[in-house]
Amino acid sequence: MPGRDGSMMRTVSATTQSLEERLERAVRRRRPDVESVRWLERLPAGATQETSVFEVVDQGNPRRSILRRRPDGMPDGDGLSRTTLETEAELLRVVGNSGVPVPRVEFILDASDAMGAGYAMEWIEGETIPRRILRDESYAAARPRLPRQLGEALARIHAVEIDPLPALPRATPAQLVEGQRQALAQHERPQPVLELAVRWLAHRIPPAQPLRLVHGDFRNGNLIVGPEGLRSVLDWELAHLGDPLEDFGWVCANVWRFGVVDQRVGGFGPLEELIEGYVSAGGQAVDASAVLWWEVLASLKWATICLGMYALYTSGLDPSIERATIGRRLSENEIDLLNLIAPLS
Amino acid sequence: MHERPDALELITAVREFLSEHAMNELEGRTRFHARVAVNALGIVERELTLRGPACEREAARLRDLLGTEGELDEQVAELSKRIRSGELADDDEALLEHLWSTALDKLAIDQPGYAAYQRALEQREKR
Repeated sequence: MPGRDGSMMRTVSATTQSLEERLERAVRRRRPDVESVRWLERLPAGATQETSVFEVVDQGNPRRSILRRRPDGMPDGDGLSRTTLETEAELLRVVGNSGVPVPRVEFILDASDAMGAGYAMEWIEGETIPRRILRDESYAAARPRLPRQLGEALARIHAVEIDPLPALPRATPAQLVEGQRQALAQHERPQPVLELAVRWLAHRIPPAQPLRLVHGDFRNGNLIVGPEGLRSVLDWELAHLGDPLEDFGWVCANVWRFGVVDQRVGGFGPLEELIEGYVSAGGQAVDASAVLWWEVLASLKWATICLGMYALYTSGLDPSIERATIGRRLSENEIDLLNLIAPLS
Repeated sequence: MHERPDALELITAVREFLSEHAMNELEGRTRFHARVAVNALGIVERELTLRGPACEREAARLRDLLGTEGELDEQVAELSKRIRSGELADDDEALLEHLWSTALDKLAIDQPGYAAYQRALEQREKR
C-alpha cells in the first residue's frame, strides 16, 4: 500500500515507467505473494483501447490474464457511444453473475496504478477468428451446438436486472432508425439502396418493448469457441439498453456469416435453433418473422460503419489501405439489404 | 495514344508481383495489407473493363425510371431524393429491379466471389 505522504510523487514517477513495470506494480499491489509478473504481447484488437496478455506465476503455477486499458494520453470514451472501461468491467461482473459465459474480472485499475482506465480479466483459451470457427475440423462438433448456446447466452443477457447496472445508453427502434438516417446524411455521395433501407425500416417500426440489457455487438468474431462450443462472449463496449431483438438481428446479419450464407445465425445454423436455446433458458418466445426488421437494421448499420471507416481514410485520419478499400464493401451491403427487402425467390 | 503496356497490363503486372513475390517476403500486419492491396488491384482491373458498359446500362435504366436526363451522378442523386421523399415507394417493382441490377454490376467489379452475389446470379438466371 502506498503511504499517504509522497503518494503523488510515486504516481508521477510511475507514469515514466514502462507499461511492463507499471503492470507488475499493479499486480503486486493486489497480490504481494506472486513470484513473477510478465507482460507478453499486445493483441491486434482495437485502436481505441489496448488489449495485452500477461502472465502471473503464483506458487509455481503460471496463469495468463488479459489487460484492457486506454492507451497513454487517450481519454476514456471515444465519442462513438462506447462504454467506459470501468463500465465494461462492471458489466462483465454483473452478466457473469447472471450465468452469461464471460471472462472473470480480476481487478480494476485505479489512480494509484498510474495506468489510466482499465481492468484485468482471466485469459480464456479458445478460437475467436470467425473463418476458423466456421471451417476448421476442430470445431465441427461445436458448430451445430452454437445457435442454441448463443440463444441461451442471449436469454441470460436479456434477463439481467437493469436497475443496478451502471448508466448505459438507451435506444428504441425509432431512435436507431433515426440514428442511421443521420449517419447516412453525413455522407455526400447518394446511396439509393441505403436510402431505401431507411425508408423501409421507418415504415415498419416495431412497437417499443420494455428496455433490456443488449450486448450490442453479439456476433461471430466476438465469441471464444472451443471444440465443445461457446466458452465466452467478448466485446461489451457497445452494450446498451434496448430491444432484445437487436441482438438477434445483429448475430444473423449476413456480414457475420463469413460466406456460409445459408446458416442464418453467424454461419452456424438456423434462427429456429437460436430461438429454441433462448426460450429454453427462460427467454420470452420470439416471433421469427420479427427478426427480419432487425436484420435489415443490422445490415444498414454495417453499411454506415463501412462508410464511416472509408471517411476516416478520405479525411486523412487513418491512411491505411484497409480503410481505403472498405468503401468498396458497400456493394456487399447493397446485395444483403436487397436480399432482405426484395428477395429474388 | 496507344501505349503498351496499357493501364490494365501494368496493374496486372503489379498485382502479380505483389501476390507472387513481394507478399512472400512480408509478415504479419504488412503481409495482411499486401493482400488487401492485391485485392484492391483486382478491383481496378475489373473496373477498367466492366465499368463503362455497367454505367451505360445504369444510365439507360435511370432515364426510364426517372423520366429525366442528366449526368449519372445527378441521376443517382435524383433517385436517392425520390426514395427519401417516398415519391418512389419502397415496393416499386421497377425501382427494385433497377437497384438489383446496379448492385449486381457493382459486385461483379468489387467482389465477384461474394457468396450472396453468386447466389443472386443463379436465382436471376432461373427467372
